[in-house]
Amino acid sequence: MRILVKGAGVAGLAVAHELASSGFAVEVADVAPSIEAGASWLAGGMLAPWCERESADERVLTAGRTATGWWDAALPGEVIRNGTLVVAPPRDTGELARFAARTSGHEWLDEDGIAALEPALAGRFRKGLFFRDEAHLDPRRALNALQRSLQAKGVRFRFGTDQAGSDSDRVVDCIGAAGIGRIKGLRGVRGEMLYLETAELALSRPVRLLHPRHSIYVVPRVGGRFMVGATMIESEVGGDPSARSIMELLNAAYTLHPAFGEARVIEVGAGIRPAFPDNFPRVLRAGNVLHVNGLYRHGFLLAPAMAQEVARMVAASDVKQSMTGVMP
Amino acid sequence: MISLYGSEIGSRLLLGTARYPSPAVLEQSVRRSGTEIVTVSLRRETAGGKAGGAFFEMIKSLGVRVLPNTAGCHSASEAVLTARMARELFDTDWIKLEVIGHHDTLQPDVFALVEAARILCADGFKVFPYTTDDLVVAERLLEAGCQVLMPWCAPIGSAIGPVNIMALKAMRAHFPDVPLIVDAGIGRPSHAAMVMELGYDAVLLNTAVAGAGDPAAMAEAFAKAIDAGRGAWLAGLLEPRDLAVPSTPVIGKAVFS
Repeated sequence: MRILVKGAGVAGLAVAHELASSGFAVEVADVAPSIEAGASWLAGGMLAPWCERESADERVLTAGRTATGWWDAALPGEVIRNGTLVVAPPRDTGELARFAARTSGHEWLDEDGIAALEPALAGRFRKGLFFRDEAHLDPRRALNALQRSLQAKGVRFRFGTDQAGSDSDRVVDCIGAAGIGRIKGLRGVRGEMLYLETAELALSRPVRLLHPRHSIYVVPRVGGRFMVGATMIESEVGGDPSARSIMELLNAAYTLHPAFGEARVIEVGAGIRPAFPDNFPRVLRAGNVLHVNGLYRHGFLLAPAMAQEVARMVAASDVKQSMTGVMP
Repeated sequence: MISLYGSEIGSRLLLGTARYPSPAVLEQSVRRSGTEIVTVSLRRETAGGKAGGAFFEMIKSLGVRVLPNTAGCHSASEAVLTARMARELFDTDWIKLEVIGHHDTLQPDVFALVEAARILCADGFKVFPYTTDDLVVAERLLEAGCQVLMPWCAPIGSAIGPVNIMALKAMRAHFPDVPLIVDAGIGRPSHAAMVMELGYDAVLLNTAVAGAGDPAAMAEAFAKAIDAGRGAWLAGLLEPRDLAVPSTPVIGKAVFS
């Protein structure tokens, strides 16, 4: 069976990986010029289902806890298993207690505990939460590596079109926010982020800074780069980030460590997260097409589980077809 | 029933729509609260003047009255502009007027608030001003044309509950016929019951519901507390005494002191 995967974001590539690994002939097509165009390129890359449980429902934790293993197997060496550190400024330590009450899989740290994990933050926070089992990856490295690994498996990529180069028996549609207005219930949640670069401090893991109004995270990348994210605005409007959002992100980064005040802002960006009303993704069947969408702020966390679900559904229908001899 | 600018409203709970875990949870919370009025923040959700399409459509589809607000505005002119955008977008002349004056406490800038209220009332808006518990400011807002007042009982989102009962009582006593809605600072159902027992007409909630472990269940708990507080106010509460009073008359005791 030949399968066309529409969309070369994290959902599309994860689906292509699962299907190609199951022995199907896969082609990936994306209307954008490259894999750099979609929301996945702007992602944080945190594999943090325990932290996310603070506001997400239990399914995110259940479906997300296998993500680290999936990425590690798909892209050996890309996953960094250093956990997540959650801190709050002294006047907002109540937020930490609230966060702890809503989550599991954490341990409390004191000042020394924080300094032992992240020497750069020594003396800056009295209390913190450490989510030991969480991990992170660099989404850009991961998308590139996944594309290369798929190409090595014989998967063909077509950019600038969503049509297959050859006939396909099945379509898996992973077009993300482009599906808003076409898929019932799908909406956009705008996110704004930026990249900072500084050699003055180093972090080993994602750090979340809690604040009653603007909670942000900082994810370290190689080369002294830090991804700072992200706003959550109920809007499908794309375009450049607003000054207010960038100010909030920069203020929060500066609160985490004043050295960020001297960092260079090397990139700002905004993307639209596709989401269903319960903020949990779906695999929907419409005739010959499977839609995978609504990954919201959990693209890298939940794409593996969604891709496995697609592979199961495709394999089941493949078996059914060969048994009954009915072609789609 | 409570009468707000001539509209008869059954529920005394007004619900904000920000910061829920998901729109699905928001919808459940609206249903279980029994609210008939939801507030929507325009400013943060517009991203360049256009509506946050699907989210706003979802709000409209809830079948309850929408009270757009000017949250996030820091000057009278900003608030007036936002109010006019809201009128277009939601096809309503109701506006919850917020002009933030202090970054930390999100205390209203009462000077800009009165100025914006004058402009908007003259422009035909039905203004619901988010104000402090200051009586003089309240009088100015009524002079400007407001027919509802929405005092805080503590800073927005603080969940502290009423910090100045005396001021809230004074406001109720001075404006017996003006609908008074406590707008900010409520954290628990008991806080809501407390202000309703003081004779307030309604309570507006957002963070206390949206930030709860189970927002929909909390919305229902608040609805019950607000009903209880209202019922207590209507029934007439006992004032505290310094002396114990037995609920069963004590007969046959010679001591009277």
